[in-house]
Amino acid sequence: MSEMPILQVKNLHTSFFTDAGEVRAVNGISYNLDRGKVLGIVGESGSGKSVSAYSVMQILTDTGRVTEGEILFNGDNILKYDDKQMAAFRGSKISIIFQDPMTSLNPVFTIGNQLREAIRIHTDRNKEEIQARALEMLQLVGVNEPEKRLKQYPHELSGGMRQRVMIAMALACEPDILIADEPTTALDVTIQAQILELMQDLQKKMGMAIIMITHDLGVIADMCDEIIVMYAGKVCERGTADEIFYNPRHEYTKGLIRSIPRLSEKHEKLVPIAGTPVDLLNLPKGCAFASRCDRAMKICLREHPEEIRVNENHIAACWANVLQMYEEEQGGTNA
Amino acid sequence: MSEQKHLVDVRNLKQYFTVKSGVLEKLQLKAVDGVSFTIDEGETLGLVGESGCGKTTVGRTILHLYKPTGGEVWFDGKQVTDKNIGSFRKDMQIVFQDPYSSLNPRMTVSDIIGEPLDIHHLYANKKERADRIAELLNIVGLNSEHANRYAHEFSGGQRQRIGIARALAVKPRFIVCDEPVSALDVSIQAQIINTFEELQEKLGIAYLFIAHDLLVVQHMSRRIAVMYLGKIVEIGPSADIIGKPIHPYTESLISAIPMPDPEAARHKHRIILEGDVPSPLRMPKGCPFRTRCRYATKACEESCPELREVEPGRFVACHNR
Repeated sequence: MSEMPILQVKNLHTSFFTDAGEVRAVNGISYNLDRGKVLGIVGESGSGKSVSAYSVMQILTDTGRVTEGEILFNGDNILKYDDKQMAAFRGSKISIIFQDPMTSLNPVFTIGNQLREAIRIHTDRNKEEIQARALEMLQLVGVNEPEKRLKQYPHELSGGMRQRVMIAMALACEPDILIADEPTTALDVTIQAQILELMQDLQKKMGMAIIMITHDLGVIADMCDEIIVMYAGKVCERGTADEIFYNPRHEYTKGLIRSIPRLSEKHEKLVPIAGTPVDLLNLPKGCAFASRCDRAMKICLREHPEEIRVNENHIAACWANVLQMYEEEQGGTNA
Repeated sequence: MSEQKHLVDVRNLKQYFTVKSGVLEKLQLKAVDGVSFTIDEGETLGLVGESGCGKTTVGRTILHLYKPTGGEVWFDGKQVTDKNIGSFRKDMQIVFQDPYSSLNPRMTVSDIIGEPLDIHHLYANKKERADRIAELLNIVGLNSEHANRYAHEFSGGQRQRIGIARALAVKPRFIVCDEPVSALDVSIQAQIINTFEELQEKLGIAYLFIAHDLLVVQHMSRRIAVMYLGKIVEIGPSADIIGKPIHPYTESLISAIPMPDPEAARHKHRIILEGDVPSPLRMPKGCPFRTRCRYATKACEESCPELREVEPGRFVACHNR
């Protein structure tokens, strides 16, 4: 048996209790994150990919609550932590960077102020050491003229620079896990390339595990060892990057891959996924994707498919696989 | 004028904005600085570039939503000016990026789509108006029963369809599509892209397709123009621009696309550009790209390279290529 995964999420359910009713954003997802690996979570808006990460950080809004499940960090259930333990845990063991670097930095404090605060809270360094660490972090993330930047305010920096500062802040205490929630979505392509390169570089240097949340299949393919595809708060499919891209076994994943344009000489029509995403207030009884699925069967409307192991590196929750396996078995006995 | 008649002919278009900086200082922001291109009947020209490069401004200036600082716009052989733009509005339309802010929340769908019909007097009686609205909704893949609802009752993709129906109402021959799919989810994006393509096949509309997503642009367009800081740095057939980019900026832009293909990602060599785009208020002298270019020489500092034809139909603005 290999080493224990750094993070284990088991049957996690997270709901938001709103005036309109219970919005079931995450409906029983499970995954393991190994030390030093990059796990990608991909899905459309409302698929629960961000909420699943916010649940791990315990930074849900007032109406949100984990209703079921376990989140084990090094075998320790963090859902049992009190506020104080949780505050010590956040930032030092797990950090997060958000999509929009403008709104996630405080506009009335200098970069230095915010960066030093992150270091001060989680370590017992003295003033000079904190300052030195702040400078070191800015250099590490490739911010030019770091002394000057420490005195500047967020609005004086470009989007790419702000995201670098966010990364510096998140990594200042050398966390074991970095959660990146759409870290490059607000950035231009060339700046996105810089940030992705930086993250890969830092991951090699510091050896932390990364949970990469994005809707961009390109970013996922570029960065991740393992991928989780989410739809309506559930895991459709989980596997290595190669398995997900070259051997997708859930109709939703197949649809996603077919619907992105590719670089190619000849013009091929895109095959979109018909229909619109489900209403999380009224989740259907069976598979949430059934109403948009070309290959939906009767059972798909009635029962949610279990996660089925396709092979060593691949799990998918789709009834079509059960059918396929059954047919293969039948074919086998007939032959 | 060239022997071949183009539907849209943009010549040396300039759009400068005056920006206050400090108390007395006024600076000129050259959002679009001498842009020329043509679009043929039923053709799609893709316009790509990063934020702040002026691509949206180009689209809006063509339609005279901003009064151009300089240059000319010709449509179907006639020059478009401030005075006669009203008569061209029927032929030139726009679809905006944000389907949330571009639809009036206090108007029903039939009001939104009907407004251009009212303005251009495109119906004889009420029934004809209602029929036309129903027809337009069907064309863009919505239900005619949706006509009496308000915009907030629709999802992002459906709203974008309403925006497209509004643009189609006057039977335009040319539509500026300003980042029409970038606010949408991947699966919905593909639906809207297909809708644009089908409309072009059926109605022969020409598009100026503005986007920052190169994968989407190359899928949609026969030709692509790449912009950087108010100037076109390269323009040519899509396959050539993507397959063998010539301008150093295009080259790095294409290498920076994250490929949805793990195998390609492993073997790809990203050309990482140093630093950020300079402020358009304080543009570097000479070639605007030289501050981030790995091939920059003395000549790039001295003068700004002009677009020149390197292959038939392929124009590049670079001293070193």
